[in-house]
Amino acid sequence: MKRRTALQLTAALIAAGTIAMPAMAQETLKIGAVGPKTGPLAGGAIVSYWPNVELWASDVNGRGGLDVGGTKYKIDIVEYDDQTNPGETIKAVQRLATQDKADFILPPYSTGLNLAAAPIFAQFGYPMVTSTATSDQIEELSEKFPNMFFTLGGAQAIATSTAEIMSAMRDNGDIGNRVAMVNVADAFGIELAEAARPVFKAAGFELVYDSSYPLGTQDLSPVVKAAKDANPDAFVAWSYPPDTFGLTEQAMIEGLDTKVFFTAVATSFPAYGERFGEAAEGILGVGGVNADGEAFKTYAARHLEVTGSKPDYWASAMVYSSFQILEKAIEATGSLDKAEVTDYIKNNAFETVIGTIDFDEHNNNTSFWTVGQWQGGVFKGVASTGREGAVAPALKASWK
Amino acid sequence: MDIIITGLLLGGTYALIAMGLNLQYGMARIMNLANGELLVVGGFAAFWLFKVGGVSPYLTIFIVAPLAFVANWLIYKIMLRPLVKRAKSRGKLEVDAILTTFGISFVAVGLMLAVFGGDYFNYSYLATPVHIFGATYGANRLSAFLAAVVICGALYLWLTFSRTGMAIRAISVAPDSARLVGIDVPKMAAIAFALGGAVTASGGSIVSTFLTLDASTGVMFTLKALVIVIMGGVGDVRGTIVAALLLGILETFVARVIDPGLTLSAAYLVFILILLFRPQGLFGRAQS
Amino acid sequence: MRAEETRNVTISVVLLALAACLPFTGNAYALTIGVTIAMYAVLATSWALFSGPTHYISLATAAFFGIGTFTTGIGIQFLPYWSLLPIAGVLGGVLAALVGLATLRLSGVYFVIFTLGLAELVRQIITWFQNMSGQKGLYVLTNITEAGIYWQLLGLGALVYLTGWLIGRSRLGFALRIIGDDEQVARHSGINTAAAKIMLFVVSGAVAAITGAILAPRYVYIEPSLAFTPMLSFQVVIMALLGGTGRLWGPLVGVIPFTFLWEAISVSFPSQTTLLLGVCFLLIVYLLPYGFVGLFQSIKQRASGVFS
Repeated sequence: MKRRTALQLTAALIAAGTIAMPAMAQETLKIGAVGPKTGPLAGGAIVSYWPNVELWASDVNGRGGLDVGGTKYKIDIVEYDDQTNPGETIKAVQRLATQDKADFILPPYSTGLNLAAAPIFAQFGYPMVTSTATSDQIEELSEKFPNMFFTLGGAQAIATSTAEIMSAMRDNGDIGNRVAMVNVADAFGIELAEAARPVFKAAGFELVYDSSYPLGTQDLSPVVKAAKDANPDAFVAWSYPPDTFGLTEQAMIEGLDTKVFFTAVATSFPAYGERFGEAAEGILGVGGVNADGEAFKTYAARHLEVTGSKPDYWASAMVYSSFQILEKAIEATGSLDKAEVTDYIKNNAFETVIGTIDFDEHNNNTSFWTVGQWQGGVFKGVASTGREGAVAPALKASWK
Repeated sequence: MDIIITGLLLGGTYALIAMGLNLQYGMARIMNLANGELLVVGGFAAFWLFKVGGVSPYLTIFIVAPLAFVANWLIYKIMLRPLVKRAKSRGKLEVDAILTTFGISFVAVGLMLAVFGGDYFNYSYLATPVHIFGATYGANRLSAFLAAVVICGALYLWLTFSRTGMAIRAISVAPDSARLVGIDVPKMAAIAFALGGAVTASGGSIVSTFLTLDASTGVMFTLKALVIVIMGGVGDVRGTIVAALLLGILETFVARVIDPGLTLSAAYLVFILILLFRPQGLFGRAQS
Repeated sequence: MRAEETRNVTISVVLLALAACLPFTGNAYALTIGVTIAMYAVLATSWALFSGPTHYISLATAAFFGIGTFTTGIGIQFLPYWSLLPIAGVLGGVLAALVGLATLRLSGVYFVIFTLGLAELVRQIITWFQNMSGQKGLYVLTNITEAGIYWQLLGLGALVYLTGWLIGRSRLGFALRIIGDDEQVARHSGINTAAAKIMLFVVSGAVAAITGAILAPRYVYIEPSLAFTPMLSFQVVIMALLGGTGRLWGPLVGVIPFTFLWEAISVSFPSQTTLLLGVCFLLIVYLLPYGFVGLFQSIKQRASGVFS
């Protein structure tokens, strides 16, 4: 509620300020946003999703609104909490489409919730530029849901990048070929592990430890101890936020001090860097971004100023970029017609804070960041499927 | 060997999580489904005081425990006592308690969200290695274990030897007879409930030193606590302690020897088996 | 059949026909709400079939529902959709039978917690299997529309009502009423209380599983954490208790206002949804201890008292 009031206040102030200007009708666009504010995924959504909704609306309205064929439209965001429950996501999107008559709807957060909402987006023809949905079955999905666009990539690419980074280090003589791999027993964690196993083997690595742990495990020391006992050269964990933090802390305590240390989701959160400080230096994780580029830096500064929190170094910029795509498509077509906007998105490239994004024939963005690393207090992208600005990955220094 | 020590350390954590619920359910007869949220609140308090003032969570307990005591006492008096009075049967009371505390848990999550936001929170405290018998353990878990020993030990002694403690145990065993010997049952129940709340919140402060929490993680802890309390036998502090330790060792054993992916399955399986063959739990009295 | 029964049946059939017309109004939002109501009505009524007479609160609904969802999720790749519903029903029923047999000696809170633990156990095992077999999330891409799901749920609901009605008129129903009042008496009268309880639990479990199987296409992507939410079990219990389990139509009367209340809160207070839902639960528990059925009956009593 605070955000909405702030938005309305901002809109009111701006409206008051522009009365002096030549009379322009102050039209508004209703834009819906559905995501978790409670439930298991709320932690991630609060870092990567909701601040970007606020920032985007503030940025657009700060410019006077969206320019649709000469008329300026202010954005009015209608938010709903889906409680990480797909049934609620479905209801909320329906509500936005039919009751609130939203002009456009921002896609939900996370693969599962996006897919639950996909049929409705398709039914009403809303363009759905997802930024937090990962899938390796994009071809099938885009056939079924022609308005759905994917930007974040999939588990396969992440696993491949990780294998490439490790191979380069091994061929350089920096590490051996013993890999200890663990994964959280939940959708994304399982997918990543599944993708990684054959890729690691093909690259000539030996999986000296391969195991999973349930979501919500309170004690990761058995896992870490067992991994350490296997005497690995590299430790790769396909983990979720709570266990990313837990595994890192546990590894430091137990002395699992490999030169390649990888924890998956949430390694890109600023909180991770803050928590572990210097010890985070050299730790690899999923995601990354061209952190040294001007675009990201100005975006991050604005993010902090407007929302009071820093963006993460993976999904945040992608979420914001996906909103930018919608914004630019609307302004370019000069129309609010959903089909026209969707078509424009399909056939054009967009400049965003993450760089250029364009979609292939399966509505998939094939160049995205896969792996990043903490270097100098910043989580920088070290590998991608075609993004500029990757820095060379370094070996992790010993924690002792 | 290190399986046993790791298991015991985990068991200590579990004892902290479950002890409060045992007091609330075993003695005050309220199955408190908001237990997990109370734990998270304790964790939040510790996190906040640590971040803002550098205060050790172990000191925060001295603030958190009395506050939680008062808050839970009020909740019992205002919200739960009317249910106890109007319940025609024990079964109805339990159902009402479950529904009410479920509602309270929602309210608690909503409040935490409004005050603290939905972010994950964690911090490093005592995250240093300690070497015992050649294996390494976290100092934070070790001190949590010691805290658990102190708290549970103190509770056990108090319940067994002090007058109020004995009165509380009396109302858990035979509330009607307790009234006959002049024990003020409502007052004792309120004290037991409040005390349980204080223990849980303190436990939350302690476990926040090595777990990552957010406003929505309470449910997980409630579930764990329920399993342990029932397994150990409702109403007996020793049961909770033993069940917690056994569970810790079991999970660690499964994680090390069988497959870490099966830890929770094993825990629930054992729980179910105990319920089937010894429903009163390890230390409980057989229900007539 | 007596006149009152004929009247009840006619009313039910008419209401069912009216409900079936919902998709034709063209209002997609109303249909979505309709699906939600239908789903919870089926779950709550079948839950009450067991928990009403026996007074055992089962929190295992999520376990059966999840099994049904996964049956469709996995089965849709190999088998035609229609065959999956009976399969889900059988799987749910078998699990319920096993659970029923095992838990005959449990009562009260032990049973409640047992069913809660069961749901978690099933979820853990399925997750582990997924991990072992390398199965990622399951995609259920079908051509089934929301209207199709709605009608299937209505059909299932009608079956549940029919079953409940038949049970009520049968010897089993008679036995259940006695068990509900006093189990000891029932047993001494020669009624096989164990068999009765198990049968009901099997019906309840099978129906929940079939419901899950029907809903799977709606979710498109099936993963354990979304299919097995404990929230579902609690919601079903609350709605059934809100309506009251004394009558067959009790849960339905609980589901409808509850769904609208949930919706109203989600719409008006997007940032405090959870908080206000909690407040509502509390109000319901304090003000309606016996649900709407109880409220209705006490009004009736008072009304007849006035006129007597």
